[in-house]
Amino acid sequence: MILRRPFFWIILLVAAGFVYAPLRNNNVLLREDLILMAIAIILASNLNLMIGYTGYVNFGHIVFYGLGGYVGLYLTTVRGWNLVLSAVVAGVVVSVCALLFGLAILRLRGAYFALATIGVLEAVQAFVSNFDPWGRSTGMYLSFNSYQSLGGARRALWITYFLIIAVMALSMIVSLAIKNSKFGLGLFAIREDEDAAVVLGVNATMYKAIIYSVSAFLPAVAGALMFFKNGMIDPSIAFEYMLSLEGIVMLMLGGQGSVIGAALGGSLYEKLRSYLLTSPVLSNFHLVIAGGLLLMVVLFAPGGLIGWVYRLVPRARKVIE
Amino acid sequence: MSGVLASMIDGVLVGAVYGLAAMGLSLIWGVMDVINLTHGAMIALGMFCMYLLFAATGINAYLLLLPTIGVGLLLGLIVYWMAVHWVVGRSMLMSLLSTFAVNMMVIGIGTAVWSTSPYNVNFRVRHDITMGAYTFTGNHIAAAISAVVIALALQLFLYHTRTGKAIRAVADNREAAELMGISSTAVLSIAFAIGIALACTSGALVSTLFPFTILSGGVYQLKSFVVTILAGLGKPFGALVAGVLLGLLEGVVTPFIAVSWIPLIEFGLFVVVLVVFPQGIFGKRATS
Repeated sequence: MILRRPFFWIILLVAAGFVYAPLRNNNVLLREDLILMAIAIILASNLNLMIGYTGYVNFGHIVFYGLGGYVGLYLTTVRGWNLVLSAVVAGVVVSVCALLFGLAILRLRGAYFALATIGVLEAVQAFVSNFDPWGRSTGMYLSFNSYQSLGGARRALWITYFLIIAVMALSMIVSLAIKNSKFGLGLFAIREDEDAAVVLGVNATMYKAIIYSVSAFLPAVAGALMFFKNGMIDPSIAFEYMLSLEGIVMLMLGGQGSVIGAALGGSLYEKLRSYLLTSPVLSNFHLVIAGGLLLMVVLFAPGGLIGWVYRLVPRARKVIE
Repeated sequence: MSGVLASMIDGVLVGAVYGLAAMGLSLIWGVMDVINLTHGAMIALGMFCMYLLFAATGINAYLLLLPTIGVGLLLGLIVYWMAVHWVVGRSMLMSLLSTFAVNMMVIGIGTAVWSTSPYNVNFRVRHDITMGAYTFTGNHIAAAISAVVIALALQLFLYHTRTGKAIRAVADNREAAELMGISSTAVLSIAFAIGIALACTSGALVSTLFPFTILSGGVYQLKSFVVTILAGLGKPFGALVAGVLLGLLEGVVTPFIAVSWIPLIEFGLFVVVLVVFPQGIFGKRATS
C-alpha cells in the first residue's frame, strides 16, 4: 500500500509547508515564487513518467499545459463554468486527446517518437493560432466576473494557489503510485528493452499510450488553473517552447526516474532561473547556462543530483524514491 | 491554374534548399545513429554567417557560400568534440539530450547577440525569369542551382573519394570498417562536420530568399525531419529528391490555404509516412 511508504507522508508534509509558508504573514510575494516552483515541479514530475519511467523523450510536453489552459479558460470565460469543474474537464479533454494521439504516434519507437513530439508541438500551436473560437493568435482574456463567483479577485488567487499546490502533491503521489505498481514495472521493462518487454507479454503500445495520456492530465489541470490566475492566454505564452525544454533540464538535473529527483530538479532549476532572469548581467544568458547545465549532466552525471545521493547513501533509495 | 503551376515551380526551387538541409541531418543520422538536434541552430548560424559575410564584403552572395562551408565544417568539428563524441554508441536518449543542450546554448547566445528581430541579406540576382503574369526571382533560381551543385558534389565525394567511401563503410558497419583499418573516430568527426556544413550552407541559401531570425532554424529543422523520414535514413541524395517533393507539396497547397497551417500539414505527413513507410519511400523494405 502506498500509505505505508514513508515518502508518501513526506510529500504531504512538503505540500503542507507550501500552503502554510505564504499564509502565515499573508506573504503574496512568496506565494508567487512558490506558484512558479509548483508549476515547475508539476511539469517535471509528469515529464518524468515519460522520460524517466518509460525512456521516451517528449520534447512537446508543454502542449498539455497550454491546451489545458485554453480549454480551462474557454470553459470559465465563455461557458461560465466554475473553476474546479472546468480545470478537471480540461484535464480529461486533454488526456483523451493525448490517448488518441498517443495510439497513433506511439507506434513509433524511441527517437522517432521524440521527433514526432516536436511536430506535435508545432502542429498544435499552428492549429490554435488559426482557431477562431480561441481568438487565433491574439488569444483570450478572462472576464472579471469569473473571479466574483470565488468571492473576489483576492480570494480567487489564494484559492487557485491552493488548488495548484494540491495538483503538485497529486503529481508526486501519482508518480509514486505508478512506480510501485505492476503497471510501473511494465514501463520500466519498456525502458530497459522494449522487444524483451513485448516478448514477456507487456502490451507496449497500450502501456505507452496510457502513460502518455496520464502524463497529460495533471499538467493540463495545472495549465487551466495557472491561466485562470493570469487572466489571459495566447499561443506564444501557452506553448512556450523554452519552458518545454527547461522541463527536460529540470528533470535531468534532479535525476530522471526518481520522484524526488523530478521535484528537486524542478524547484532548484526554478530558483536558479529566477535568479538568472533578475540578474542584469546574466539575464540574456539563462538559456546558455541551462544548456550548459544539461550538457554537463548528460555527459558526466546521467543520474542527476539524486543519482549522486543514491551513490553516497545507498539506503536512501528506500526512503526517498 | 497557371497560378498553381507557378507556385509549384517556386516550391520546387525552394524545395531543393530544404533537400540540402535534410542531407546534412540524414548524413549524420545514417553514419553515427545520432539525431542531430543542433540542426536548426546550425541552419540559423548559417543564415547569420551569410548576413555578416555579406555585410562585410558586399560581393555576390552565392560566392560567399564557399567561406560558409568552411565555417560550417569548423563549427561541426567543435560541436562534435564538445557534445557528440562522448555519446556516440550510448543510448539514443543521451545523444538527443546532448545535441539538444548545444542547441539551447547556441540559441541562447544568438538571442543575446542578435535578439529575435528579423534580418535579411539584401542581395538580388538580376536575371529574373518571367512566365506570363508570374516572375521567378533570380535568387530562387540561383539558390536552387547552388543546392543541386552542392548535393552533386557531396554525392561525388561519398562515392568516388577514399574518405567518402570510408564514411559509407562506417555507416554500413562500424566494427567491420574498423577491422579494415579505418579510424572510425576520424571518419565520424568528418561526417559530422560535413553534416553541419550542409546545414549552415542551406541556412545561408535560405537567408538570400527570406527574412530570418535566430529562431528561424526551428522551422527548417522540422522540414528536414520530414524530408529525412520521406527519403529514408542514410540516403543523402534521396533527401534532395524528397526535399523537392516537399517543396512541390507546399507549392500546391499554398495558393489554397493560409501559410500558418503548413506546420500542421507537414506534421501530418511526417506521422503518416513514419507509420506507413517506416523505412522511407526510397528506403529498402527489409528491416535494418
